[in-house]
Formats: sequence, structure tokens, C-alpha cells
Amino acid sequence: MKRIILLLSLVLSCFQSQAALEILITEGLDTARPIAIVPFSYEGQGDAPLKLSSIIAADLARSGKFNPIAEINMPQKPNVESDVDYAAWAGLGVEAILIGHVKEVALEQYQVHITLIDIVRGQITGGSSKILSEGQLIESNDHIMYDADVTADAPRFRRLGHHISDSVFETLTGIPGAFKTRIAYVQVDVEEGIEQPYKLMVADYDGYGERQLLSSQEPLMSPSWSPDATKLAYVTFENRQAQIYIQDLYSTAREMISSFPGINGAPQWSPDGTQMAMVLSKDGNPEIYVMNLASKKLTRVTKHRAIDTEPSWSPDGKKLIFTSERGGKPQLYSVNLDTMRLKRKTFTGDMNLGGSYTPDGLDLVMVNRTRGNYHIGRLDLTSGSLQVLTKTYLDESPSIAPNGSMIIYSTLHEGNQVLALVSLDGRFKARLPSGSGQVKSPAWSPMQ
Amino acid sequence: MQSSKIIKALALALPIMTLTACGSTSDAESQVETNAAETAKAEKANSQDVAVSAIEKEKAFKIQERKRKQDALRQNTVINFEFDQSRIAGEYFEVLEAHAVYLRDNASVKVVVEGHCDERGTPEYNIALGERRAKAVARYLENLGVSSSQISTVSYGEEKPTDRSRTEAAFAANRRAILVY
Repeated sequence: MKRIILLLSLVLSCFQSQAALEILITEGLDTARPIAIVPFSYEGQGDAPLKLSSIIAADLARSGKFNPIAEINMPQKPNVESDVDYAAWAGLGVEAILIGHVKEVALEQYQVHITLIDIVRGQITGGSSKILSEGQLIESNDHIMYDADVTADAPRFRRLGHHISDSVFETLTGIPGAFKTRIAYVQVDVEEGIEQPYKLMVADYDGYGERQLLSSQEPLMSPSWSPDATKLAYVTFENRQAQIYIQDLYSTAREMISSFPGINGAPQWSPDGTQMAMVLSKDGNPEIYVMNLASKKLTRVTKHRAIDTEPSWSPDGKKLIFTSERGGKPQLYSVNLDTMRLKRKTFTGDMNLGGSYTPDGLDLVMVNRTRGNYHIGRLDLTSGSLQVLTKTYLDESPSIAPNGSMIIYSTLHEGNQVLALVSLDGRFKARLPSGSGQVKSPAWSPMQ
Repeated sequence: MQSSKIIKALALALPIMTLTACGSTSDAESQVETNAAETAKAEKANSQDVAVSAIEKEKAFKIQERKRKQDALRQNTVINFEFDQSRIAGEYFEVLEAHAVYLRDNASVKVVVEGHCDERGTPEYNIALGERRAKAVARYLENLGVSSSQISTVSYGEEKPTDRSRTEAAFAANRRAILVY
């Protein structure tokens, strides 16, 4: 496959300074669908708060499914549908274009009108198709795929851009967009003399709006989102032992939920938010438990002298997938929480660890070790075939976007731990180089 | 056999008989004789004392030497492991023995055994592996008679590497248990 290294400097340059984690697409744009996000016209005082078309184009490029053409290559920059030159766009192979108009309706209040146009359909009908309805020929405009008015104030303008991206993405793919999601991750400052080098961070999925939730002298691990995306569970060693805390993202209030002797690790919220799967070694060695968050009552799920760890819920909340070395080397097993029946799921490679179900429950994503190399893999649960998705070094901690389109994971690049993205089919790859420190343990938020 | 014993008895008896014979003539002589005998006796006892204290000195020296050696060994608080393993290599037996002796002799002293891993494998799995390493060291000390109440363990997995260079040597250095007093 042709490797394209494309720094999206054009589209990112206007807001680069605000992003701690910038996204660098390393592979996959050549197979993405060409579209165009035409710069929106603006009507109001001064300038528009942000260039919406750039935010949307960057979102769609990062989805791995679309390749928005550069502004400089656009044959025209229409803002109303009647101005669109279908032949010119079709000549470039562009499937669809998004046009828009931004209007300041009150001080720092903006209304945005957007129209998504199917170039292929528009070229056939000339932009004015008619259909027979109740015996009458009426205008169908079936080349207009999406047309909407949205409003926002200045502070929410970036979010508005992501909202439009969601609508465009869903219209074109049938899959809900996940551009309004966030990621939690751990950053470690490795320079000498830093008092609290371990930091728990939260940022928009594209790295903007980065916020430090907590810093500590001792390691922080395993952030996990509540299903309503308002809280994080994580592991902290601040008291010289592993403890699991839940922290509210808005009030920043914290609650310790587990502090048994030994390991208190790998918290994972159940899909309904009432339970927490976790690993405790209070009974001698690491076992999977489920805690009822209201009563704090524990249910022991595994009982084996080998290591059992990394529980992750099935989308219906009826099963857990976990890592166990009961077969000699770490492999993935599922356990039905009603019957407690176990089933080994992986057989390919030296080891398989850190498994999680895709949102449709049809695949498992995991860390696969083959011939000593750690890569992100995807197991098709129907066919049983395992596909290795990444080629990077020491890949770990995969977390799947809530729409199942992308995996964020931690990898090693030029001696630093950084975050990276890979699409579920392995075709699209991107890196999120960080300005400082080691970045790891990413957790993609649920839809919000 | 019998005759040689008689000869020995005579050899002892003869000078005594001679002394008794001229006993009245020289009390001073006998005094001297007695003194000489006493001195000899004292000397004999003295040399015995010297011999005993030499052995004791040697013993004390050995203990001191051993203590010094164990103190030196106890300076070593890091036990390294093979990849994905928690077996304690033979080269660390002496070091752990030294720690065990110290802990046995100082029942009030407590030690934390930290378990660490290299960065290969997932963070969660490494937490489990690190605990296994820490517990292997704790068990070894307990088997040498250290009270379990003196030992606690904590696993940091791959979260606190001592060397972040990601070379094979760095990975080897990071796979470790540390005794923290």
C-alpha cells in the first residue's frame, strides 16, 4: 500500500496553537472517498470565530473514510446550490460537496446554513429532478442529501463544527459520527525534578480543549468512562498502593471505591452504568470481580491460580471478555455472567491481551503478540479470523470509538510513547504526537 | 602394657620420694619448687585462656566479617528477572539471605517489595506480573524465617521504569523487584 505522509498543515494551521495533540495522518487517504468542504461565506461583524469548513474537513479526513480536497484545488467556491457547477466537480471525481453560509444573528450568536450535495446525482438531474407524486410532477431535489440550519454562540463554535461533521458523516456513511467525543489519557512528564509527573488528561477527540483532571507524584492508570461520559474511573498509587477512584468531570469530586490489599485495577464501567468490573488480588492472585456501584457489593467472576485481568463488557452487558494465562500464555476468554461459563476466544499468535468488543459486538479488538511484536489486532467473532491492523512498535491499550469506526491506542514513536489511530479495517492510520512527555492509556468516551 | 604403667608410676614417685627425704632440710627449696609448679600451672592455665580468646576473637571476627558482608550484600536491593518470568535467579540467593537475616534480627523493621516490569505487554497484565515478582521475593524471605507481618508488596507494573531508553538492556533493568525499607 502506498504510504502517504500528509501533515494537514493547511487545514490545521489556523488553530494549531490550541491543540496539544495534533493529528498526523500517516496512511490511508488514497483509499478514502474524495469530497469537498467549500469555505462558508460569512455575513456579520468582523470575522467568523473559526473557519468552520476547516474543522469539518479535518474531522472527515480523520474519520479515514473521506479525503477532502484542498481548497486550492477547488474549481469554484459556491455558497448556494444554484451556483454549483456539477460537471467541474464531477471532473475531479468529487462525490459530494458541502456548502454553507454563516450569519451573525446577534452579538456572538451565529446561524449556519449548510447543504450537502450529491455531485453524481446532481450531474444526472442537472440539479432539478422531478418525481411523480399523487399524479403530479413535483421537484424532488434528490441530489440534496442534507440541508439544515444550526445555531451556536462563539464559545461553542468548534463544537458546532463537530456537530455538522457528525451530520455529514452519518448522511454519507449511514454510521453515526463520533466527532463530539472526547478522549481521556495519562501523560507522564519524564524530565527530572517534576513534583507531580503523572497527569490524567481529558481532551476533545482531536486533541483540542485539553484539560488536566488530576496530577500525582505516583502513577495513574486505566481511565474508564462512565456510559454518560460525566465521570472517569481510574487507578491511582498516590497512597503507595493501587486504589480505584471515580471522579466527576464537572464537579471534580472524587470517591474511592476499592482499596483492598494487592491489586485494585482495570476498572471498566458496565454499559448500564450500575456496575464496575475490576481486578483484585485480595484473595491471593489477580481475579475478575464485578462491583455493584450502589451497594459496593462484590461478585467474584473468576477463580484460577493463573493471572486473570483486563475485563471488558460486551455491549449488552451480559458477558465479559478478559485476559487469562490459564492456558499457559495470556489469551482472551469470555465469561457469561449469568452462567459463569468460560470460553477461550483467541488462538492466533503467542499472546492476546487487552481485549474489548466492538460496539456491534461482532468483533474483538486486542493487543496481539506474534513473533515478539505487539500490534493491535481485530478478531472477527463470526469467522474466527484475526487481522493485525498496525505496524507500529509496542502497541497497547486499544480503545474503540463509540461508533466503531476507529481505534485509539498507545505506541512507541521515536523513543516516545504517543497515541495513534487506526481504522477498524486497518487502512487508515494516524499519529497524535504530543508536545511533551509520554502519553498513554487512552480511553475513548461514549457518545455525548 | 602392665610393666610400662609401673615404670611411669615409678618415674613420678621417685622424685617425690627424694623430696620427702630431704624435706626438713630445705623448706625454702620446696617453696621454690611449689612456686615453680604453681607458675607452670598458672602458665598452663593462661595459655589455655589465650587459646580460648583467640578462638572467640576469630569467631567474633567471622561474625563481624559476615555482618560486613551481609551489610554490603544488603546494599543490593534490586532483583532482576527474565522476560515474563517471576523466578528468582540463583545469583540473588545470597543477597536475599542477607536481607532475611537482617529482618529476622530486627523484628520491628518492615520492608516493602515493589514489583516492576518492562514495557512489553499491556499495562494491566504487567501489574499482575509485577505483583507475582514482588510476591516471589516476599515468599523467599518468608521461607528464610522472616515474619510475613514485616513484608508488604506493591506492583507498579510498567509504570515506573528505571531506564526509558527501550533498549534490551533497559528492558532487562526494568524487570525488577526492589526492597524498600
